[in-house]
Amino acid sequence: MAEKAAKKEKIPRQSMPEQGAQARKRNFEEVPLGYPEESAVKEAERCLQCKKPSCIDGCPVAIDIPAFIKHIKEGEFTKSVRKIWERNALPAVCGRVCPQEIQCEERCILGKKGEPVAIGNLERFVADLEREHGKGDLPPKSKPTGKRVAVVGSGPSGLTVAGDLILKGHEVTVFEAFHKPGGVLVYGIPEFRLPKEIVYSEVNFLERLGVRLVCNMVVGRTVTTDELFEEGYEAIYVGVGAGLPRFLNIPGENLIGIYSANEYLTRANLMKAYLFPEYDTPIARGKNVAVFGAGNVAMDSARTAMRLGADTVRIVYRRSRNEMPARAAEIHHAEEEGIEFYLLTAPTRFLGDENGRVTGMECLEMELGEPDESGRRQPVPIEGSKFQLECDLAVIAVGAGANPLLTQSTEGLNLNRWGYIIAEPETGKTSKKAVWAGGDIVTGQATVILAMGAGRTASDSIHQYLTWGW
Amino acid sequence: MFEILKRQEMADGTVVLNEISAPMIAKKANPGQFVILKANETGERIPLTMADTNPKKGTVTIIYQVVGKSTALFKSLKVGERYQDVIGPLGKPTKLEKVGNVVCVGGGTGVAVLHPITRGLKELGNHMASIIGARTKDLLILEDKMRAASHELHVCTDDGSYGHHGFVTDVLKEILKKENIKLVVGIGPVPMMKFVCKLTEEYKVKTLVSLNAIMVDGTGMCGCCRVSVGGKTQFACVDGPEFDGHQVDFDELMQRLQAYLTEEAEAYEKHKCECKAA
Ligand SMILES: Cc1cc2nc3c(=O)[nH]c(=O)nc-3n(C[C@H](O)[C@H](O)[C@H](O)COP(=O)(O)OP(=O)(O)OC[C@H]3O[C@@H](n4cnc5c(N)ncnc54)[C@H](O)[C@@H]3O)c2cc1C
Ligand code: SF4
Ligand code: FES
Repeated sequence: MAEKAAKKEKIPRQSMPEQGAQARKRNFEEVPLGYPEESAVKEAERCLQCKKPSCIDGCPVAIDIPAFIKHIKEGEFTKSVRKIWERNALPAVCGRVCPQEIQCEERCILGKKGEPVAIGNLERFVADLEREHGKGDLPPKSKPTGKRVAVVGSGPSGLTVAGDLILKGHEVTVFEAFHKPGGVLVYGIPEFRLPKEIVYSEVNFLERLGVRLVCNMVVGRTVTTDELFEEGYEAIYVGVGAGLPRFLNIPGENLIGIYSANEYLTRANLMKAYLFPEYDTPIARGKNVAVFGAGNVAMDSARTAMRLGADTVRIVYRRSRNEMPARAAEIHHAEEEGIEFYLLTAPTRFLGDENGRVTGMECLEMELGEPDESGRRQPVPIEGSKFQLECDLAVIAVGAGANPLLTQSTEGLNLNRWGYIIAEPETGKTSKKAVWAGGDIVTGQATVILAMGAGRTASDSIHQYLTWGW
Repeated sequence: MFEILKRQEMADGTVVLNEISAPMIAKKANPGQFVILKANETGERIPLTMADTNPKKGTVTIIYQVVGKSTALFKSLKVGERYQDVIGPLGKPTKLEKVGNVVCVGGGTGVAVLHPITRGLKELGNHMASIIGARTKDLLILEDKMRAASHELHVCTDDGSYGHHGFVTDVLKEILKKENIKLVVGIGPVPMMKFVCKLTEEYKVKTLVSLNAIMVDGTGMCGCCRVSVGGKTQFACVDGPEFDGHQVDFDELMQRLQAYLTEEAEAYEKHKCECKAA
């Protein structure tokens, strides 16, 4: 085994071609360009086909990773993507946005001594190939059961439930509040990281399978969950995401030019404000931009601002580099594009001009103190460290909360103290009969794959309920 | 869905009424609530408070002033054509209750929003005095409907071309002096609402206003519509659009409404050129 490992190590991890940093920081086209077939096969050859593959333990939906990689090695690309589909319906999305470095790739045995197999890149490769060149054969569907299921929210979680249940023969309708489906995949994650074509093609696939999609339906306003039951739906899955922006709650936050990341990214992505005036929705184009937070959302906001023509873009974060929650690849890409990092820095108030537009902010330098409940070391201000930074655009990306619109209008739904829905982890069942929930509205803002995993768990339980009862 | 069944121009063509087929929204909507409309694929999401609903017919009515590219685009839609997207009903409905003597004050297209509220308050047995105003006679809208929905109606024009020569606040002040008013509802341009509230504060009369903040989603997910009410940040789309006028920071709202002035002008100019070229 050791000998075999040494031999395999000779092939280096295949890098993926990318758009150069200087060009891409001013356009919205995708950054990594995908493996050519040759690199994919080479990368697949690096996999040791472990008897006890630890990579699978790192995957939240337990994809049979060595099996799909083996098919790539053998040039059986359709078989490979089929293998992934057994566990994950959105591989083109996950290959691009999953934090592989803390999931499958972190566990990969090759990572112990050298670099792990590029599992995410391979996943993306087969999914793209199938989407672009595959025959588009539909998987077989079970006999119609005549049971109707309503899915609320068309993010990754809701789409997973819809896909699973339609294949099991149920009638599925997805209700979406926005005018376009996809959830965060469409309104949050930018085009240069996840082309919207891919999301629409996944949604289109579900529609071809028979899923009915109804946009512009705000459940809780246009219709309530109880009314959906009255209309004949027998089960409801709630996957409405964590759609409540968090602000810093410091003075001056309502000045013009200060956006929540939700607003900034929704304007840019869903409303295509980066194409203004061809598209009608405007967006502020800042020269000096400050982005607060250091997660994926902050990186996406910063890189969007750069693409909209900023001279300087600064990430302002109150902890240190080690605590930054974004995917490693996003931080790396942001740095390459010239985004500056003001770490251990916390804003205390915004400054504005006589027209109410933001001109800058006051900040304090921080140092790390004792670990808090979450185990992260708490930042504490350094006395006398006050300083000012200029900015004409500020984006606040310090997390999201639970949007109460649906939960408040649904009787009998138990919530935790932060307003998230309480759902059984093993089934996704809520306190309300025939209502399931999963994804960010249960866990708080997490990841695409966890939202999909929760959807899979719930769809199994819903199917059982429709067959056997609650 | 969202077909335009009726279209009417008012106020010299500067204001347009659309009755739109939207059965689910019509069934649910109450006075004071709004919808978000988007005309086509490249369009912007525009919030408009409903001027009327007809649950039986399954329609909602909006009345808007043509002020920029998006409303000009709305105006170009003919009967039989459709809005691509209509979302609603959004926001909290007006809390309609019997309180006694009420004054409803409306300016510009605010009158369209005020009308169903006035009608609702009258139906509950309140005594309704209403005041509506416009810059000039030709820009006045819904006079007959407001007359029918009120016990007394006062009309004001800034230039004196019709009714009282002066501002709605002049008439309001006379009424407040003479009568025991329990509630004032003021809906119109921000400066009008601000001055109405200043006046009613002197007389300590509770005042409701409806705020037309800039919005994106209308469901509380973006915070674009934030307004300061009683020193606290609120989202106009879910906490409002109606608020206690004495608590509202109108100056901040007025500034925030100017956020995209340059961009809006640019888009409108481009739109006009394209219309001419076509
Ligand atoms: C900018 C950004 C970048 C991210 N980057 C990554 C990444 O790189 N990798 C990763 O793994 N995760 C990332 N995430 C997190 C990930 O996107 C989320 O965890 C995931 O999308 C959650 O899925 P969901 O299905 O629970 O909810 P969402 O994707 O939030 O979808 C919920 C949907 O429900 C709709 N909805 C809400 N309320 C209602 C209602 N009342 N009626 C009808 N519909 C309603 C919403 O409009 C939305 O479309 C990112 C998030 C953001 C915001
Ligand atoms: S742990 Fe790494 S080498 Fe082993 S099967 Fe998984 S991907 Fe292949
Ligand atoms: S419009 Fe987005 S929160 Fe109100």
